[in-house]
Amino acid sequence: MPRYYVAPPRKIMHIILNGDPREFPDSLSASQLLQDLGLTGKRLALEINREIVPRSTFDSHIIQPGDLIEIVHAIGGG
Amino acid sequence: MSTVMHPSAAVSGDPLIIAGVEYHSRLLVGTGKYKDMEETRAATEASGAEIVTVAIRRTNIGQNADEPNLLDVISPQQYTLLPNTAGCYTAEDAIRTCRLARELLDGHDLVKLEVLGDEKTLFPDIMQTLQATEVLVRDGFKIMVYTNDDPIVAKRFEELGCVAVMPLAAPIGSGLGIRNPYNIMTIVENATVPILVDAGVGTASDAALAMELGCDGVLMNTAIAGARDPVLMASAMKKGIEAGREAYRAGRIPRKRFASASSPIDGTFF
Repeated sequence: MPRYYVAPPRKIMHIILNGDPREFPDSLSASQLLQDLGLTGKRLALEINREIVPRSTFDSHIIQPGDLIEIVHAIGGG
Repeated sequence: MSTVMHPSAAVSGDPLIIAGVEYHSRLLVGTGKYKDMEETRAATEASGAEIVTVAIRRTNIGQNADEPNLLDVISPQQYTLLPNTAGCYTAEDAIRTCRLARELLDGHDLVKLEVLGDEKTLFPDIMQTLQATEVLVRDGFKIMVYTNDDPIVAKRFEELGCVAVMPLAAPIGSGLGIRNPYNIMTIVENATVPILVDAGVGTASDAALAMELGCDGVLMNTAIAGARDPVLMASAMKKGIEAGREAYRAGRIPRKRFASASSPIDGTFF
């Protein structure tokens, strides 16, 4: 009988996303976060703990518990 | 610095050159306060503007995922986007906003820097604006700076490395027109970078006056977006800017107290 690997339940981490406290599974990359939020492929910019996270590093950048995350986009303004 | 033609610039004998790029239109417009994206698109198009300001704000998380995106109607391929730091009251917030904007727009480094002093007047906080300018210039940004109509301060921004200096005509959104034409004229005369009036314009004659004073351009938003017919006002502003620029280049006649007949006296038969 084949034996299946059973992943242990993922831990939950707390982050602040655009000013609101949110819970996500830990070991999440920036890409996965954006995917969870339905924002993949949208024209946006990401700042974590006041540092820009370049789009080219979304896959490798791992979100840490307690991160202060800002996701912004362009809107009408003068 | 080498001069690059803006993609949409027609061949013109009188281009506006900002940071080495040539523009055909001297009217710059904002994209705020329109009733919807279609009105934004139509008014921006009618204005003939090539440089268009946008604001940087938090993305709504988990709601309206399919809401129309401003950049779908104001395409970065068609327009030169000028992200602003509107709503910032400290140098730090303005610097963060500029860095996010540069990332958002794939390294595009032309920004409109404004650091506000208070909500009632929306006048600039010059000390904070100067601080932000120093950091952002070092960081490689090309800064078009919103400032007050003070010739001394305007010169200081130029010396710090701003690519354009943009004194206000009157408070943002006030529509009061140019409150201090003599200061604007002095700022223009002192400058070696483009001077654009930013904020306070109410109608086409205000825009024409700014250009007649020698300004290199005008940036406006509310005067168009707040008009009863924004698309028609955008068209009026385009013409006001063009007329004012041509009048400035043509050279107005001096003001005289008494009359000077237009028809010759010679050859009268009476």
